[in-house]
Amino acid sequence: MDIFIQQIINGLVLGSIYALVALGYTMVYGIMGLINFAHGEVVMIGALVALAVVKLLANSGLPGVVIVLIGLMAAALVCMAVGFTIERVAYRPLRKAPRLAPLITAIGVSIVLQNLAMLIWGRNYHAFPPILPNGEHEILGATITSVQIAIIFIAATMMGSLMLLIHRTRLGRAMRATAENPGIAQLMGVNVNQIISFTFIIGSALAAVAGLMVSANYSIAHYYMGFVLGLKAFTAAVLGGIGNLAGAMLGGILLGLIESLGAGYIGDLTGGVFGSNYQDVFAFLVLITVLIFRPSGLIGEKVSERA
Amino acid sequence: MSTVLLEARGVAKHFGGVKALRDVSLTIRQGEIYGLIGPNGAGKTTFFNVLTGLYHPDGGEIVFAGEKLKASAPHEVAARGIARTFQNIRLFANMTARQNVMVGRHVRTGAGVLGAVLRNRRTRDEEAAIYRRAEELLHYVGVADRADDLARHLSYGDQRRLEIARALATEPQLLALDEPAAGMNGTETEGLRLLVEGIRADGITVLLIEHDVKLVMGLCDRVAVLDYGQKISEDVPAVVQKDPRVIEAYLGGAVA
Amino acid sequence: MTFFESLRHNRRAAIGAMIFLGLLLAVLPFTVGNLLGNSWLRILDFALLYIMLALGLNIVVGFAGLLDLGYIAFYAVGAYFYALLASPHFGLHLPVWLIIPGGAALAGLFGVILGAPTLRLRGDYLAIVTLGFGEIVRIFMNNLNAPINITNGPQGISGIDPINMGGVTLARPIEFLGITIPSLHAYYYLFLALALLIVFVSIRLEDSRIGRAWVAIREDEIAAKACGINTRNIKLLAFAMGASFGGVAGGLFAGFQGFVSPESFSLMESVMVLCMVVLGGMGNIPGVILGGILLTLLPEAFRHGAGPVQMALFGKILLDPEALRMLAFGLALIIVMLYRPAGLWPSSTRRREFKGEGA
Repeated sequence: MDIFIQQIINGLVLGSIYALVALGYTMVYGIMGLINFAHGEVVMIGALVALAVVKLLANSGLPGVVIVLIGLMAAALVCMAVGFTIERVAYRPLRKAPRLAPLITAIGVSIVLQNLAMLIWGRNYHAFPPILPNGEHEILGATITSVQIAIIFIAATMMGSLMLLIHRTRLGRAMRATAENPGIAQLMGVNVNQIISFTFIIGSALAAVAGLMVSANYSIAHYYMGFVLGLKAFTAAVLGGIGNLAGAMLGGILLGLIESLGAGYIGDLTGGVFGSNYQDVFAFLVLITVLIFRPSGLIGEKVSERA
Repeated sequence: MSTVLLEARGVAKHFGGVKALRDVSLTIRQGEIYGLIGPNGAGKTTFFNVLTGLYHPDGGEIVFAGEKLKASAPHEVAARGIARTFQNIRLFANMTARQNVMVGRHVRTGAGVLGAVLRNRRTRDEEAAIYRRAEELLHYVGVADRADDLARHLSYGDQRRLEIARALATEPQLLALDEPAAGMNGTETEGLRLLVEGIRADGITVLLIEHDVKLVMGLCDRVAVLDYGQKISEDVPAVVQKDPRVIEAYLGGAVA
Repeated sequence: MTFFESLRHNRRAAIGAMIFLGLLLAVLPFTVGNLLGNSWLRILDFALLYIMLALGLNIVVGFAGLLDLGYIAFYAVGAYFYALLASPHFGLHLPVWLIIPGGAALAGLFGVILGAPTLRLRGDYLAIVTLGFGEIVRIFMNNLNAPINITNGPQGISGIDPINMGGVTLARPIEFLGITIPSLHAYYYLFLALALLIVFVSIRLEDSRIGRAWVAIREDEIAAKACGINTRNIKLLAFAMGASFGGVAGGLFAGFQGFVSPESFSLMESVMVLCMVVLGGMGNIPGVILGGILLTLLPEAFRHGAGPVQMALFGKILLDPEALRMLAFGLALIIVMLYRPAGLWPSSTRRREFKGEGA
């Protein structure tokens, strides 16, 4: 029980980040039936851009929180532009091509972004400057930092706002309609191309926030960080039910918890045979298990085949 | 009369709350052309899918050629001797017409990887036989002139015929056709009628889902009517046509 | 019809082409070695290995239409099998004729094991699961050094026995009919022979009952079942065959390089092989070979060139050549897919697929 609460907290923080990224995947999949392989790199760009801005302003005398907010806005702008461009350049022209072509372009985009990042920011891991308040709080015998509280709070707020957007606004209705049936939505006057662009833009903004969170909390900012994170977030989206927003959030939180608890206890469970270096295997195993036994996810709809 | 080829006893199938098939029992005799009709959504294609192993029934059983048809995989059903076409035409779109029919021979041939790589005598003979038989069947249904065109480039009517050729390639005892005349005009339908009669004359029993009343009446020896998943009539066309329950099912009320 | 069917129709042209190609391939290592040096000869040898990999993946992705993003795992299985049985690691030194086919068989078995859970999945999901499997294999290879040291973890296994055929080791120059054949050349001929064998098997499979069944499954799995195709077994067969080619290439790789580590078997490698298949022309054997050649040689040419070009232009290295190389590769993927979604050399049917929209 000693580390249980701690791992729960860690899991919630990790899960919040996964959830934000998973939303990007699930929205794009819901609207286009496409796995946006390059989404993880958008998170990476967000992290590195935010960090660059933060480092620039670190000695300017502004309060830490303000610096971070400025960094966040810069990152969000850049990521939204990147997301928009990816869709226009790599996906839109291939809407009629067979499934494999957009996959390859997505991989190409991923590689381009990773290597651009490498050229700009080098191969090193970049630490987050200590400008944020580092208060620690005790809760039920475990510690949670101010940054972690902020992450959970901000993530929850963003997810809530997104749900409001989707379910209470005209834009949201248009997005839902396009996800259901783009052809009919178009007949109803929805500009499907615009909606698709919007979906990418919103997903990319969330990705920027997630990137900043990863950088601030784990001090990981690195040109290759997007790949595994993206894969795990995609796992989360599938776990919850791909195409389903609530599912992405649920899946994200759940995966974060599974990973944290697993990493914490695996040494004990396997008598020291497997250590926490097998942590990544968890995510993959969850992914594979879900896809095989319950491809529609926890709260997704069953897709049946009509002969 | 002749022997019973297929007997369905109390077949049931539901999807969640929807009872697509309820206690459907029917008998198909060898050598006959048997029609399965009913309003849209009555469960006809569902019955086909249960018959050919795509769905597992939730109740009842089917006996084919004296043996129970266990809820089995579609490829085993094909091996037993039941072939089918699909309501929405399922051809191998990017293979040629000829190749489509050649695939139909898969179930009756046996060359594996070793045979493929070594191309020994037996495999070569088998391949030649497959090629010949495909050629024959393409002629039989009348699409031989399009043999080397991609299946997706064939006209709609030709595609339906090609699908029948492919089904015949599996050497079935029972050929199940799902709305083969859908979308066809008068001439094409007449051609189809002749083709189906020819198939029956060659010893294959035919089970047919159709909406074209004229075709059904002129072609089928016996007809069963499904409505809301239940069989409401089973007899020769002339009798079924006059059955008040059937009329009500199609027209939704008593005819004045 | 396929490229090879059309060749069959014009026998003379075919035979002429074969002879020409044969002579070209026979003298190629000497030409390359003398003109460009040994490093390029090594690259040529690697190109042959990648061609084998691409052809193996072509069976899974190109013929059967099963999107496998974790294919490199089979390469790894073959390589580690060889490494474990012919190196100082366990002190075993089993002969080549045993462990290369053994590695192929083991890889084939892995193909079945990893393929079995994926049978009901389609498209994107299949891709992700196979990607996951590939990564899991790599992670295990990277970590199976405790409590018992099986794979020696991230350090990998070194000192692997070079390939030794009937007492003649390929690590040293070979005297043959008065000619001295250097080591890299000898490996070239061995790899060429095996690559040709794999090409041969692929061609035979393509135009066969099994090959047609694979394409049928790719086109419409339900209709394929209605034709009596046991889709489960045929799919597993595709995985097994593709994996076994990967296993052969893996074993050869281990003997050639003398050293294996998990780094050589990353997701990027799986992606690279997939790109060779898709860019080259999915399902079309000559296209896939072309893809293999281009995607091995061009990045290397770029890497050799990017440094000197920058030096010549700017007097120093401004941008990391490795990053530039990958950047160019990524851009090439995007551009080729945008303008040639069917690949550079698609089969004639595939080209027709992409033209008209059909009836």
